[in-house]
Amino acid sequence: MGGFINALPGAVSQGLIWGIMAIGVYITFKILDLADLTVDGSFCTGGATFVVLFGSGVPVPVALLAAFGVGLLSGLATGLLHTFCGIPAILAGILTQLGLWSVNLAIMGMKANVAINVIDPKNLDKLWVSLRFVQDVASGKRPFYRHPIFIVGLFTLAVVGILYWFFGTELGSSLRATGANPHMARAQGINTSVTTVLGLMISNGLVALSGSLLAQYQSFADTSMGKGAIVIGLAAVIIGEALFSKIFRNFALKLLSVSLGAVIYYVVIQAVISLSNINANYLKLISAVIVAIFLSVPYWKEKYFTKSRKEVRADA
Amino acid sequence: MLELKGVYKTFNPGTVNEKRALNGIDLTLREGDFVTVIGSNGAGKSTVLNAIAGVWPIDRGSIIIDGQDVTSLPEHKRAKFLGRVFQDPMTGTAATMQIQENLALARRRGAHRTLRPGITKKEQAEFREMLRTLDLGLEDRMTAKVGLLSGGQRQALTLLMATLQKPKLLLLDEHTAALDPKTAEKVLGTTDSIIREHHLTAFMVTHNMKDAIAHGNRLIMMNEGRIILDISGEEKKRLTMKDLLDKFAELSGSSIQSDKVLLA
Repeated sequence: MGGFINALPGAVSQGLIWGIMAIGVYITFKILDLADLTVDGSFCTGGATFVVLFGSGVPVPVALLAAFGVGLLSGLATGLLHTFCGIPAILAGILTQLGLWSVNLAIMGMKANVAINVIDPKNLDKLWVSLRFVQDVASGKRPFYRHPIFIVGLFTLAVVGILYWFFGTELGSSLRATGANPHMARAQGINTSVTTVLGLMISNGLVALSGSLLAQYQSFADTSMGKGAIVIGLAAVIIGEALFSKIFRNFALKLLSVSLGAVIYYVVIQAVISLSNINANYLKLISAVIVAIFLSVPYWKEKYFTKSRKEVRADA
Repeated sequence: MLELKGVYKTFNPGTVNEKRALNGIDLTLREGDFVTVIGSNGAGKSTVLNAIAGVWPIDRGSIIIDGQDVTSLPEHKRAKFLGRVFQDPMTGTAATMQIQENLALARRRGAHRTLRPGITKKEQAEFREMLRTLDLGLEDRMTAKVGLLSGGQRQALTLLMATLQKPKLLLLDEHTAALDPKTAEKVLGTTDSIIREHHLTAFMVTHNMKDAIAHGNRLIMMNEGRIILDISGEEKKRLTMKDLLDKFAELSGSSIQSDKVLLA
């Protein structure tokens, strides 16, 4: 139990980092109504870009921005494959993801992983988030505002704030309309190809940003860091929705509930690791099963537990 | 206002499912024309409408709206000229968005969408007034999701959205076919008054001969991808159901018995 409590701040920090990726998944999965599998690749692209740039002396904010930028490009690739080449979204995402595997290796100089040198204190001090800061804050070596929970929390609030503003604009509304009803969107003069590409870009930008934060936090990037990211993202979206949809109706709060969903996911996973002696290799299987169950619940509810179906009443 | 010149469209060419849907359509609508379009199933009524809206490209011919050749324009670019209401009440609105958000999207039809607010205070007041004219109580539910509305309410809202920016041409694709008779009547009434009030040019496809006779100043009958009858003015006013059925039998050469069911 003690181990679990000690691991909690780390789990929450990681959850918050993955939460930013989950917000990206929310944009494609919930708003655009697309399943985008690019994320497994673009998450690592963000991490790799950050680690390599930081390693060559680029300041942290610039490296983070660059990571966000390569995410945008990954989304653009999937978006163009989907809209311009007419490839189904899922397949388009898989193709980009596959291609990114090589791109990620190339970014990291054909190495499967690249570390940030955190032994050098000067280097470590430059980082915005790091696993080491969790203990440093606990022991009083660093001020509370260097705690990853605080920094990533701010990032999350900024992302939520910007997205809340964006989806309230004319352009953002047209993106929501595209996901809600593409026929209607086109009839209202919205170029649904453009909005779809834009949505995929923003989504993958956030995913890559999240990847760069994780690489920073764990002080390395490796080619498999994004493996299963989409499942974690979906888990966060679904957990957030299941727990908070009744109380969080505002759009900003819905985004926040996705982030909280990711935190809860990580805390639960941490609890499973700490409180049982399960082999950590089974975590992916457990994640897959949990997400599969959560995804089936709405279907089962509709099929077996609804007494009278709500019909659209045809009286005006 | 609208000119169709020799429009042809074949679906699934070269396959067993080949269907010659439009077989040389020539049609000119004058400004203020309210045309009703009838014909049996598969006659090409909705296909003409989709060709005008640009849902897919046509094989041959040209489409001119208000003097501008739109034949090669994609659907979303033609939207600037067109207001559309669909047969399925689900198609015309975004169910997961609010009533006022749907209206705000329609308000920007044909405009460049920027990073300005998606809906303004001034628009909200304006929308409230417009919704009041529908007399459905929607003005008090502006932030409700459209998915909560009934089919009739959704069609009335779609109609309002289609005419929020005065369209060069209003396209109505059997927009009352999915509604019960009483609601259909009401929505048709609203359609009439909106068209009259804004002096719109309209193209209404219908399955209902009575409606086709009662509404509009011009009536077109289609058969096998062709326009086989075009009546307007005084002649249209005097038209009866029997006239139409006789004309159909005479012009299409097909048995009236089999089509009577479909048309009436």
